[in-house]
Amino acid sequence: MSKRIIIDPVTRIEGHAKISIFLDDDGNVSDAEFHVVEFRGFEKFCEGRPYTEMPGITQRICGICPVSHTLASAKAGDALMAVNIPSAADKLRRLLNLGQIIQSHALSFFHLSAPDFLLGWDSAPAQRNVFGLIASNKELARAGIRLRQFGQEIIEILGDKKIHPAWAVPGGVRSALSAAGRAKIRAWLPEAYATTRTAFDLWKQTMETHQREMQIFGNFPSLFMGLVAADGTWEHHGGRLRFSDSSGSIIADQLDPQDYLEYIGESVQGSSYLKSPYYKPLGFPAGIYRVGPLARLNICQQMGVPQADAELKKFKKFGHGAVTSSFLYHYARLIEILACLEYVERYLDDPELSSDDLRADAGINNLRGVGVSEAPRGTLFHDYTVDRTGLLQKVNLIVATGQNNLAMNQTVAQIARHYVRGHAIPESMLNRVEHGIRCYDPCLSCSTHAVGQMPLRVQIIAPDGTVLNEVARG
Amino acid sequence: MAAKTLTIDGKLISAEEGATVLQTATEAGIKIPTLCHLAGVYDVGACRLCIVEITGVAKLLPACTTKVAEGMEIQTNSERLRKYRRLILELLFAERNHVCAVCVSNGHCELQTLAYSQGMEHVRYDYTFPKWGVDTTHRLFGMDHNRCVLCTRCVRVCWHIEGAGTKNVAGRGGKSKIITDLNQAWGDSVSCTECGKCVMACPTGALFQKGSTVGEMEHDRDKLEFITTAREKKQWVAAD
Ligand code: SF4
Ligand code: SF4
Ligand code: FES
Repeated sequence: MSKRIIIDPVTRIEGHAKISIFLDDDGNVSDAEFHVVEFRGFEKFCEGRPYTEMPGITQRICGICPVSHTLASAKAGDALMAVNIPSAADKLRRLLNLGQIIQSHALSFFHLSAPDFLLGWDSAPAQRNVFGLIASNKELARAGIRLRQFGQEIIEILGDKKIHPAWAVPGGVRSALSAAGRAKIRAWLPEAYATTRTAFDLWKQTMETHQREMQIFGNFPSLFMGLVAADGTWEHHGGRLRFSDSSGSIIADQLDPQDYLEYIGESVQGSSYLKSPYYKPLGFPAGIYRVGPLARLNICQQMGVPQADAELKKFKKFGHGAVTSSFLYHYARLIEILACLEYVERYLDDPELSSDDLRADAGINNLRGVGVSEAPRGTLFHDYTVDRTGLLQKVNLIVATGQNNLAMNQTVAQIARHYVRGHAIPESMLNRVEHGIRCYDPCLSCSTHAVGQMPLRVQIIAPDGTVLNEVARG
Repeated sequence: MAAKTLTIDGKLISAEEGATVLQTATEAGIKIPTLCHLAGVYDVGACRLCIVEITGVAKLLPACTTKVAEGMEIQTNSERLRKYRRLILELLFAERNHVCAVCVSNGHCELQTLAYSQGMEHVRYDYTFPKWGVDTTHRLFGMDHNRCVLCTRCVRVCWHIEGAGTKNVAGRGGKSKIITDLNQAWGDSVSCTECGKCVMACPTGALFQKGSTVGEMEHDRDKLEFITTAREKKQWVAAD
């Protein structure tokens, strides 16, 4: 008899989520689906607005990574204007993104994920959170919170968060890095390094005690996609797109993001509002790819900064070609934090970040423009079509969580397969499934797309057409 | 000219004959909220935010178009007036689509500032969510009808300072709309001199410089004052 298990909602993931696990006739897991039930229709809302307002509008799509949206949007604007932005503006945008990656990864690692693997999967839910972490390891929790604040501080210094302006704008940015801001970041940097080092030590112990998790938390072959520099160095804002496979082979390289529709298809799963992107030449579902920290580290040859490069070498040993376990997203996140700190440090000595040449000026020169940037969670696409006067006719957004959705489904299925037997639904399974999703650090509030006006609650019917069992957990 | 003696908020004031209540109050350092009033162009009494109470007059009268008279007793800030001002503001917000957080004028908008200063905490009326368009056909400027409060400041500066007569009002009531020439795209206007005075005059984010992003549109009212002072007083001095 088929059976469906629903975990609703997944706690500590911002937004709401629903998971369906499909059992076959023998009571074994056959498949799983992770649903996003939020629907905000931003793409429709934007139509008719001037493209210049988009960095401001789109940063409201998602309270979790507004910076990423504003950057991708500004880049789409650059493409519409057909301008190369001033070099200082590019560096400043990058500095903003580094701050965003640091703060977001610190949140994911220390606040959302560490409680699981430090306090134990089966510790009481009331304890298995950042407060439990504070109770058990006050120093670590505090350091994690401070590391996040460091990233937020960079964002605030550049973007003046108080009135939420779009600081990154089509053509460049609105202001340079102040001397005071520079000094503040510099003074904070040693502490940020120290915290990151502590996190590495901790993570290495975790890997020793979590061999099973590394094996079953989303360990499967897939493609990986992200931006890389021309020489294959890790990228987070510029560069072009690369796909590699689980053997580590590059299967497509230096793809122009403007042409993404030629190599990325979006399959709309009937049961979900989420579009599930795949690599077109391999078709669906063979073309499933992962994005985000794990993918970015898999596709690049080097980080481009010494400390992170040393870590990347160790990281790559965890795979044959590519590192395929999604549990190692956490590891990849730490390496990226380290790389970000090193890049921030470089920028602190760069006088160009105080330049006044910050903004290119132009009218509409292309009727379509695509902006791509690496959000902490993965590659983010903003695709705008405008009329001659710059009013938006069509907007398409592809967010990281959407691109990882199919991988998240597989991860949930894989974990469930190990913990579900027959009709029993052990608490231990629920906790692990929850963590399997958290490996991807999904940003639920922005991962749905306007593809129709259907009701938000998605029903999934068992092969024989019957819904047999529902288990809700608050 | 004969002087008139009157009281504003209990303060004894002498004013020139022919002066408006608004001018007199401003000179006496009493601030009355305004929206459609713009220094340098004539007043039309369109927004009614400057309403005052005058003893013996049942109706509330707009300070910007009411002339002073001997013995007037004027109240500018009673609870009743504050209530009506909030109501007017709420109606303005409900009438079109104001999303301050993503507006080019966020932080530099007279409507927004008024809403704060008059203690408008929320809008008690249903938003009408009308479908108004954005005209970005002009080379330099854009017009977002969603944010227009129909104060006609743009129309008045266009006719009476620039003398081009490009901007006009068409339609009636809630369907009124600022148009260019004979209701054509701004970019096709033959009369527009591209002087930008309407953009400087606009109190909201309705008129903006193209390319402006969120919170970036600051309307430069000083230039208008400079021009009107130069014209009326033959003094070419920068406003301080
Ligand atoms: S015009 Fe003023 S009130 Fe209207 S949305 Fe813009 S800032 Fe807000
Ligand atoms: S466009 Fe601006 S100045 Fe003109 S009527 Fe509307 S709000 Fe007033
Ligand atoms: S300012 Fe007097 S009616 Fe508008």
